[in-house]
Amino acid sequence: MAELVLDEIVVPLRSFDLRLSLDVEGTVALVGPSGAGKSTILRVIAGLVKPRSGRVAVAGKTWFDSGRRVDLPVDERAVGFLFQDYALFPHMTVRQNIEFARQNKAERYLWQFHLDHLADARPAELSGGERQRVALARALARNPKVLLLDEPLAALDTHTKATVRRELHELLHELQIPTLFVTHDFEDAAALADRVGVLVEGSLRQFGQTSELVAQPADPFVASFTGANLLRGRVTGSSDGVARVRLPDGTVIATTGAAAGDVVVAVYPWDVTVSIVEPHDSALNVIAAPIDSITELGNRVRLAVGPLSAEITSESLRRLDLRVDQKVFASFKATGTRVLSSDV
Amino acid sequence: MRRVGLVLLLGLATAVSLAFLLLPIVALFVHTTPGRLISQLSSDVVKDAFVVSLKTSLIAQLLIVGFGTPTAFVIATRRFPGRSLAVTLVELPLVLPPAVAGIGLLAAFGRMGLLGSELSALGISLPFTQSAVVVAVTFVASPLYVRAAIAAFEGVDPDLVAASRTLGVSPTRTFFRVVLPLARAGLAAGLALSFARGLGEFGATIMFAGSLQAVTQTLPLAIYSQFDLDFDTAVAMGAVLVLVSIVLLVSLRLLLSWQSSSSTRSSSRFGLSTSG
Repeated sequence: MAELVLDEIVVPLRSFDLRLSLDVEGTVALVGPSGAGKSTILRVIAGLVKPRSGRVAVAGKTWFDSGRRVDLPVDERAVGFLFQDYALFPHMTVRQNIEFARQNKAERYLWQFHLDHLADARPAELSGGERQRVALARALARNPKVLLLDEPLAALDTHTKATVRRELHELLHELQIPTLFVTHDFEDAAALADRVGVLVEGSLRQFGQTSELVAQPADPFVASFTGANLLRGRVTGSSDGVARVRLPDGTVIATTGAAAGDVVVAVYPWDVTVSIVEPHDSALNVIAAPIDSITELGNRVRLAVGPLSAEITSESLRRLDLRVDQKVFASFKATGTRVLSSDV
Repeated sequence: MRRVGLVLLLGLATAVSLAFLLLPIVALFVHTTPGRLISQLSSDVVKDAFVVSLKTSLIAQLLIVGFGTPTAFVIATRRFPGRSLAVTLVELPLVLPPAVAGIGLLAAFGRMGLLGSELSALGISLPFTQSAVVVAVTFVASPLYVRAAIAAFEGVDPDLVAASRTLGVSPTRTFFRVVLPLARAGLAAGLALSFARGLGEFGATIMFAGSLQAVTQTLPLAIYSQFDLDFDTAVAMGAVLVLVSIVLLVSLRLLLSWQSSSSTRSSSRFGLSTSG
């Protein structure tokens, strides 16, 4: 039995209706562009936004049911809500913030979240990472039945983010409370969640494990959200299970998917190989173009080569001595592509 | 050369402005010696006026806070039809000439007024009583408090209220534990302004309540009645009002600077600048 059940929730938003059914067990991430209705879902569960219809149940207890006219007030729903800007009470100390719900003493949480030395500090004196820990401690100290995190990492700088993400991952793993968190960052979702739902314009495009979303993206949007390159083209023919797709610039791509007409070919950056001499290997697809840009992402490097984004290690970058404007060959196997219909 | 001229011109204009503002204040205090100034304050007219002013001001400010705070909270946090009309109505007495306010109060609560027959049926006759002073002061001074209170409540981040609710705290307790502490400095600043305005009230009071010693004669009315009889006493009362105003203004500035240092929100939302 799922711990958090959302059943045919409908919320009218400005330009579309949010419609969602979702069972949450373990940690679930809702990803999608801004304005897709992700935060609204969290507010519906907490009771801060009233849906037009639907049902919300947590741990077997109904919190909202439009059919049976059940609508528990916010303060009677045991949610641990982490607000995007953390919403710490500025006139209270860290200890007073954590004890605000008056259900648990702060000591245990101060210790668990490494906040002992900050117990008497005000939120204004804290760093972003510390604020996030206080907000989490405060949310857990009210004994929640479900944890709702609104962009838990968005307010942090890149450096802090990596650390906090690791801490959050451990915490969510230990907690055993159903957790729903929203983010616009697929990497955060992949790192923290057991399952990921992609929400676009109020409806769930795809729901599954990260690996499923990457292996079988439902549509070009999901593919691009999971980080794939999207190449638009038209199928010109197929033989032996390999379809040929002509791109607007004339390049022909071989793919293993069965398709016809206008399509989108998805290729993940880590499936693209970059070499300085023309490769003679099993890769059927080679795009020769100069490097447009080189972006370092920790120990990995993103190269923009023609229409492609390729990901290689920093070590490869040094070994090949690659520079911007240098002509390279970006190649990928036909089996590394996913063909998606383009009508989205 | 041109630059020096400009600097001189700016300096001169500033000096003239400041001197112009300062001179009447200084004049009140140097008109007589401090000793005589204090002795003049012991006359019955002054004592009566002081008591009337203090009593009516306190009651009026209690009414303003009592009714103005919930009104401001509703206007600041709820969206309802006619809300902008309500905001305009709340601010109207601010731009209304006090004499017009006085006539309006007479037309509403006077014997021949809109509610005159209802009030007299209840045995209430408002005009020219001490209650009339309270009503006039409340009417004229309330916008200063209510405006500041609306801004103070609007300045409280709605997510903080939402956070309190998700932590299991009821709306009423959220108001007292989160909203009120965060709006407190803004409310106090508004109250200080409203108090100062109410203390100086003249036009509406003289029209609606008259100027009867020991009943409706407040300090400003007493100054007016004394100044052609006993100019020195009038000046002494003026000095008292100036002192009260200075105390209020200084505490207001202290409040606002405390507000801006104790919270991350800017105090400019109260429609007052702390700089300068």
